[in-house]
Amino acid sequence: MSLTREDVTYVANLARLEFSEDEVIALADQLGAVLDYAETLSGLDTSKIKATEHVLAVQNVFRADEIESCLTNEEALANAPESEAGCFKVPRVME
Amino acid sequence: MELYQKTIHEINDLLDKKEVTVTDVTQAVVNRINAVEKATDAYLSLQTEAALEAAQGLDAELSGRAKRTSLEGIPYGLKDNMCTKGILTTCASKMLYNFNPPYNAEVYDRLSEEGGILLGKTNMDEFAMGSSTENSAYKKTRNPWDLNKVPGGSSGGSAVAVAADTAFYTLGSDTGGSIRQPASFCGVVGMKPTYGLVSRYGLVAFASSLDQIGPFTKDVEDCALVLNAIVGHDAKDSTSLNLEKTDYTQTLKQGVKGLKIGVAKEFFGEGLQPEVRKSLEDAIAIYKTLGASIVDVSFQHLDYALSAYYMISSAEASSNLARYDGIRYGFRAEEYSDLVDLYKKTRSQGFGDEVKRRIMLGTYALSSGYYDAYYKKAMQVRTIIKADFDQVFGGCDVLLTPTAPTTAFGIGEKTSNPLEMYLTDIYTVPVNIAGIPGVSIPCGLDNNGMPIGMQLLGPILSEETLLKTAWAFEHESGLTNLKAPLGTEV
Repeated sequence: MSLTREDVTYVANLARLEFSEDEVIALADQLGAVLDYAETLSGLDTSKIKATEHVLAVQNVFRADEIESCLTNEEALANAPESEAGCFKVPRVME
Repeated sequence: MELYQKTIHEINDLLDKKEVTVTDVTQAVVNRINAVEKATDAYLSLQTEAALEAAQGLDAELSGRAKRTSLEGIPYGLKDNMCTKGILTTCASKMLYNFNPPYNAEVYDRLSEEGGILLGKTNMDEFAMGSSTENSAYKKTRNPWDLNKVPGGSSGGSAVAVAADTAFYTLGSDTGGSIRQPASFCGVVGMKPTYGLVSRYGLVAFASSLDQIGPFTKDVEDCALVLNAIVGHDAKDSTSLNLEKTDYTQTLKQGVKGLKIGVAKEFFGEGLQPEVRKSLEDAIAIYKTLGASIVDVSFQHLDYALSAYYMISSAEASSNLARYDGIRYGFRAEEYSDLVDLYKKTRSQGFGDEVKRRIMLGTYALSSGYYDAYYKKAMQVRTIIKADFDQVFGGCDVLLTPTAPTTAFGIGEKTSNPLEMYLTDIYTVPVNIAGIPGVSIPCGLDNNGMPIGMQLLGPILSEETLLKTAWAFEHESGLTNLKAPLGTEV
């Protein structure tokens, strides 16, 4: 199974990544090789097998609905590339 | 033997007898760092001044107190994907070049409560994706046994710090072998505990259903000591196991008489370096003389594990790494036209090649039309691999395998072929898929003097059996606290 350059560009957009033309060509090859290798999986009949998301029988864990300490506004914003008036600042989304 | 070369339990004896102070011990390892770190590049950042200050404070406190805990005053290192408040946590990525975590990883809090002394944060493959630590955005860590060889990865810096005596122990994280494989390449002990045994709170997520934190140490007894400190329930991690506290040193020296050790031909296949095979055969012979019985076991579906692993881990990674968008923390691109362009420019400039490759692979496997063929299929194969292990552990207590098919390879040797790099994890990834524990211990050297690792595996929560089995071999073979030919100054 090989990937086309269009496939790579399509997936890149989904992943919010962009690549140069050379990178797209290289990725089509490299990802194609990994997917070829993964093709071995198709040789295995799993039609009656249940999928395992987690190896342990994990369940949702809830804590008591009590107020606990959390990050302050300043702490939450301390790493932000840009902030203003106690908020994360982003480029305008709507005109 | 120099102070910095000793194990934790040896240092404990000296500290308890008041023959040395915590400051002596810390100063010795800081001097060692000053002498060899420029050759090994194990650390991304160092806190040696803060460490010495903490040591002096602890000495003052200990002078008026008879008892100390077993990691109290012992200097250590943390892989740079574990959050440390006030200390940069970069994951060896440009994306987090300036990230100063607002909270601590649970393991860091636990080690701080134990009185541990943090020396620094260790180098790794970016976001823990890689098998050689060459994917770090910042530096190449070198194997102290041969500076032209890789240390393995992704926790390469943590392995090297222990192997080069620039830390008494370190923590790493293991998603597909990232503790065991570098431990094997660097001649130290490395353990991946059962999934859920150690809290992942504050560990930067790569593949959440596979990630687990564990120790690198100079010998097996030290491994038990560090495990004692980091294992335990944490309400902040919903996958954390709530079990009674175990003292892993209690059963350590019980021996292996009557123990059934399984050997599976599937782990001794094509591509296995002849010296690795020979060394494992010698280890099997030693276990026989110790009274263990060796049984043949076999796997039906092991061939599928690596494919399933790369699908599951990349899919989870693509989802986990969606949070790096240049808005709340970390790197943001300087020039962009609108919000979507900000995301794309930030992510394309902030992530390295391998991280982008995995995000692409994972996004593809999760995308419409391919989900069933790749992601769901991989989750089904996971059920099958797990059943394979269950069946194998029906016939033996412990499984003995090589940790990696070869000893450490050369720097740059496998960087151009991602698939070839992935194949170096072939013996370690099935373990994460099944969630079981595994430990790698040194079992010899190859013809070039590079360490060979033996991997011991057991069912869920068999850590005591694994450590006991590892200790018996280490004790009998004398392959303990190995010293890389690095000299005292490089």
